Amino acid sequence: MTRRRTVITAAILAGALGLTACGTNRDEAAGSGGGSSCDTSKGTLVIGMVAPLSGSLSALGLGMRNSTKLAIDQANQKCTVKGYKLDFQPEDDQATAQIAGQAATKLSSDPNVVGVVGTLNSSTAQTVAPILDAKKIVMISPANTNPTLTLGQAATTAPARPYKSYFRVATTDLVQGPFAAQYLIQKSGKKNIAVINDGKTYGAGLASTFSAEATKLGAKVVAREQVGEKDTDFSGVIAKIRPLNPDAVYYGGEYPVAGPLSAQLAGAGLNIPLMGGDGIVDKQFVALGGRVGDLATNVGAPADQLPSAAKFISDYKAANFAEQFSAYGVLTYDAANVIINGLATAVGTGTFDDSKRQALVDAVQATKLDGASGTVAFDQYGDTTNKVLTVYGVKGTDFAPIETGTFKAS
Amino acid sequence: MLSTLLSQIVNGLVLGSLIGLIALGYTMVYGIVQLINFAHGEIFMVGAYGGLATFTYLLPTALKNQWYFALPLLLIGGAAVSVLVAVAMERLAYRPLRGAPRLAPLITALGVSVALQEAVRVFYPNATAALPFPVIFVPGTLIIPLGDGIPIRYSAMLLVVVSLVLAYALNSFVERSRMGRAMRATAQDPDVARLMGIDPDRVIVLTFALGGALAGVGGILYGGLYNTINIDMGFQNGIFAFTAAVLGGIGSIRGAVVGGLAIGLVKALGGQYLPGGTAYDYVWIFVVLIVVLVFRPQGFFGETERVRA
Repeated sequence: MTRRRTVITAAILAGALGLTACGTNRDEAAGSGGGSSCDTSKGTLVIGMVAPLSGSLSALGLGMRNSTKLAIDQANQKCTVKGYKLDFQPEDDQATAQIAGQAATKLSSDPNVVGVVGTLNSSTAQTVAPILDAKKIVMISPANTNPTLTLGQAATTAPARPYKSYFRVATTDLVQGPFAAQYLIQKSGKKNIAVINDGKTYGAGLASTFSAEATKLGAKVVAREQVGEKDTDFSGVIAKIRPLNPDAVYYGGEYPVAGPLSAQLAGAGLNIPLMGGDGIVDKQFVALGGRVGDLATNVGAPADQLPSAAKFISDYKAANFAEQFSAYGVLTYDAANVIINGLATAVGTGTFDDSKRQALVDAVQATKLDGASGTVAFDQYGDTTNKVLTVYGVKGTDFAPIETGTFKAS
Repeated sequence: MLSTLLSQIVNGLVLGSLIGLIALGYTMVYGIVQLINFAHGEIFMVGAYGGLATFTYLLPTALKNQWYFALPLLLIGGAAVSVLVAVAMERLAYRPLRGAPRLAPLITALGVSVALQEAVRVFYPNATAALPFPVIFVPGTLIIPLGDGIPIRYSAMLLVVVSLVLAYALNSFVERSRMGRAMRATAQDPDVARLMGIDPDRVIVLTFALGGALAGVGGILYGGLYNTINIDMGFQNGIFAFTAAVLGGIGSIRGAVVGGLAIGLVKALGGQYLPGGTAYDYVWIFVVLIVVLVFRPQGFFGETERVRA
């Protein structure tokens, strides 16, 4: 009897674990959107994705997945790559570098994978980029903003490109941090700013470039603090900065921390705006405690104000995805199209094999695409030449654009 | 500055009483069955989701803004879910392993922890990301006008008061009631307790249920204080609570509360005054743990390990 009970218990536990395994790792049925009219006699090529499809940042990651799927479905309908059907293989990295590394290894071991869209986080890109670069698989991130990914460890003094097959359509922290500082100090007139970050590659980098520019513009950075990315109690940090009378808080990190942090600032009687980077631009920021008046910068111009993005938005709506395209949808769509167009150029009317991988990297490097976010092109480091950013402010329950501008160094 | 010191002490006490509340569950279960129930943090997390479900699906819309209706209902709903999961966990996962070597239930506890976390992630709507938690108490902050002011949120006061009252009630229950005496007897020697007519199974179920109820209440108060819950909250706070239980002397109810408060204070004051600032505040918690265990391996209030036949 006891043994049978043990067996039943084990079975239930195994079942529960098995269920979750299916739940988190299941590949979405790859884009099969009506490519029937195209010649696909040469087989299937795969475009992968590494992004957080579950976990606290999944609102952003799922938008990226859908936007990529849209681009791939459209390419299959238009027979963009001659003789091939394109498949989509999204992998969940849970915003964790180690899991992202496993996903990248899985993708890179498949000879049919030609390119990867992603990642969302700079910290995960640091693991993924070297794995994909070793196999000459093109990687294009719509969201990584840490400068070292394209410029090497000495990004500001002696830039050297570490990964030839890594590109990004997002501007870097070298642009975004100072852009935020210029707005907060010159337009909002803040003078005593407390800078907090989450200690991750993205947040710490953004906080540093922001602080440097803020000091240069004559404002005082009254505190530099760090919180954990999984923290929910910020009373310690807030009690620490409160006596320093800051008139604004700049936070380098993402919305799961930024939202509650903003709410707790107000809870401690500090009714000052919190400003952040692209990592906090999501509706969830407000749902988790972001207040009206909080600010954020994001790369590119707002999708609904870009004439070039109108078609993407209407196509996305027509595709009936369950999730919003979120902060990175437009840039992700462009990133996927850069890979698809590069592939069309590299393959031509021939066949794809390992010898074509260099041709694909070269084709991506030479990209001049009229994308949804504007003209997409890359400089010699693989960074986008588009330095347009937008300042957003919380209005009601979401972020609304305040002003769009091109970054100029001060 | 005095007001900063006092604010940090307040912060430490708030966090500490939450950790202490969770630590009670660790310490009681350990006291009775010598099992470190690593899944206890998950019971705390499940309680918060149970409370959120009560609020979202059971509470009539008209009452959602009336905290004096919402709060008791949420506490009952959250605690009920936690008790249910805790009792099911004992029945299905731990009882079949009662006679097994100690390592087996310990590993099982880790498995249960993962299973519960993933179950919530998969089955609770939108639980893949952090969820907003409603305001369930008087919103706002009391600012004590002293120096730069010491802000205390009303929901934080609630958390401290409820935690301390529950800890006191639990202590009285264990020390004074008939069932409490049965618990202490089972903790001392389950075989002799059985000879005295105590049913150890009942005592163990009661222990898990009590620990679960406290953790469930903790989950609701946590949600009400921070207004956001996620599936990782159990793991993180569970580790702290386990540390608190060890620090206070595992098996001791007073120890769990004192250990929790000590950890809260070390975190808040360490982040303020020790080198490294808030980036290193977790480090100091474990430094204190190590130092205490070196000089007092049984913790503040613990008894030295008995050798049992």
